[in-house]
Amino acid sequence: MTTTVQTLEAMERPPVSMGSRLEGELLEVSMGPQHPSTHGVFRMNVALEGEIVRKLKPVFGYLHRNHEKIGENASYLGSMPYTDRLDYFCSMTNNWAYALSVEKLAGIEVPERAEYLRIILAELTRLQNHVSLLGFLLNDMGAWGTPLMYAFRDREKILDLFESLSGSRMMCDYMRFGGCRVDASPEWLARAKSVVDIFPRFVDELEQLIVGNEVVIARTQDVGKVSPELAIGAGITGPMLRACGVNYDIRKVDGYGFYPRFKFRIPLGEHGDTYDRLMMRVLEMRESVGILQQALPQIPAGPIINPKVKIRAFRPPVGEAYGRIEAPKGELGFYLISDGGPNPYRYRVRPPSFINLTILEDMCLGHTVADVMVILGSVDIVMGEVDR
Amino acid sequence: MIGTGILRGMAVTARNFVGSYFDKERLITVQYPEERDPLPENYRNFPFLIYDGNDPQAGLRCVACKICEKECPPQCIYIVKSEDKKPDYMGKPQFYPKVFDIDISVCMSCQICVEVCPFEAIKMDKDFELSRRERFDALLMRKDDLAKSNDYYHRIHPIEAAAVDKNLTDAAAAAEAKKKAAAEAAAKAAAAKAAAAKATQEPSTPRPSEATTEATGSS
Repeated sequence: MTTTVQTLEAMERPPVSMGSRLEGELLEVSMGPQHPSTHGVFRMNVALEGEIVRKLKPVFGYLHRNHEKIGENASYLGSMPYTDRLDYFCSMTNNWAYALSVEKLAGIEVPERAEYLRIILAELTRLQNHVSLLGFLLNDMGAWGTPLMYAFRDREKILDLFESLSGSRMMCDYMRFGGCRVDASPEWLARAKSVVDIFPRFVDELEQLIVGNEVVIARTQDVGKVSPELAIGAGITGPMLRACGVNYDIRKVDGYGFYPRFKFRIPLGEHGDTYDRLMMRVLEMRESVGILQQALPQIPAGPIINPKVKIRAFRPPVGEAYGRIEAPKGELGFYLISDGGPNPYRYRVRPPSFINLTILEDMCLGHTVADVMVILGSVDIVMGEVDR
Repeated sequence: MIGTGILRGMAVTARNFVGSYFDKERLITVQYPEERDPLPENYRNFPFLIYDGNDPQAGLRCVACKICEKECPPQCIYIVKSEDKKPDYMGKPQFYPKVFDIDISVCMSCQICVEVCPFEAIKMDKDFELSRRERFDALLMRKDDLAKSNDYYHRIHPIEAAAVDKNLTDAAAAAEAKKKAAAEAAAKAAAAKAAAAKATQEPSTPRPSEATTEATGSS
């Protein structure tokens, strides 16, 4: 009887054990998965000495839903709406990354207007992602409500644009292989222009609200430092890498789409701490506004989709392709192997926020529990993408 | 001086708060059930089946070709094809769906069924207030629940519906013209052949679903 009871107990124990439960001075705390600041179902096993983090183990997988296996069983087109659900804040860039890799695989040309539309939508996505990230980050720091509501107010304008173009606020499912699904009307472009034109005003307001704030500075400066060597070694990408001062942006490196046609700068941080990561988002928003102001007036007329691409019975040739873009969170890549059939033989996602999350322990060691939430918030994770 | 940053932030909050009393632009919330923002033309939520005319069952455009069932990514469509044929809204004998179910608790409104449908028979709805009190079957939409009239379609997607109607009439006119030309050609051929044998062949119609049918009776 007693042995059975012990086995049951062993089964109910959390899967990751630090092996030091109340041993010595360390106290093991399980944060999450139902923690309001973990941005979804994410768990950390934290070993504390007083209030200082001595060990930290991230535990993923609570939102795992077989995305890659579904992608191998669905047709190429059928995977497109599933990519919306990866990082549900930025469905447009997810669509683009997937469309880009299929276009690479099958050698599909994209019309000029569609490329412009993709850039416009990707930059709008970057704006709304960074805006909501800043809101959430301040929420994690204890600025309850106000910055988040201001952020969501302006994010909503961009989501309205997405809704009137693609039919859905977040699950856009907008891009297709060889172009885009619906054309943008002149009214839509005018509306987008007016939203973009007043956006810097909002960035100014947010900056005024937070950047000089002494509490924010005290909470973020010198917190969660990442060295450039560690960031490169761990494969960190996106604003997190650039906050360490590494100049690496796939928009410049690969020059996919029509990005080489636009003039924009890559903001770089210096210290790699949370404050730099926060400021990186503010500066990137300004650059995105710049790209949009260049792209919206010069969008050419023409078709939006390559007419040669079949919707049904789409079969790319045998081969493999890796398409990657600079998603708001970092490098988002799709790796596809085709065996000539209607669905991919292998479908692999390289999610930016999952890989950025792997150095969470290195960032958090030596900081307090309250700082863990701020550091986690500055990584910018979406669990839909981390667990897939 | 320490504290100025906080004060500057408070000024922003105060400006927003006081401004909301004077500036209508700052009041952005909509008191939802009482007042509603109009939905954009492209808004999409869960598909429905279109019928022409007044009879929801006889007028269905769907011919049970099962393409949407095959292409649906989450596999939420279930169709049973009829064994017999019924005249459709244009008077042609067509197969019809004996069963057409969409489980909208599975559907993710991706619009792929709409894109692949060659008959413009399935379109996206705009109805989003779909909560149900029942626990199980209420979200499984049967053929009767899904069938909605073309007028309804015109009401919810006016621009798109007009384009679709134009396409359909163009296609019908083109089909009519082709049929006429084919009939004339056949008549000529038949006249030429008439000396040798009597004419037996009727022209086949251009609709793909009719390709399998026997081409004996003219419609």
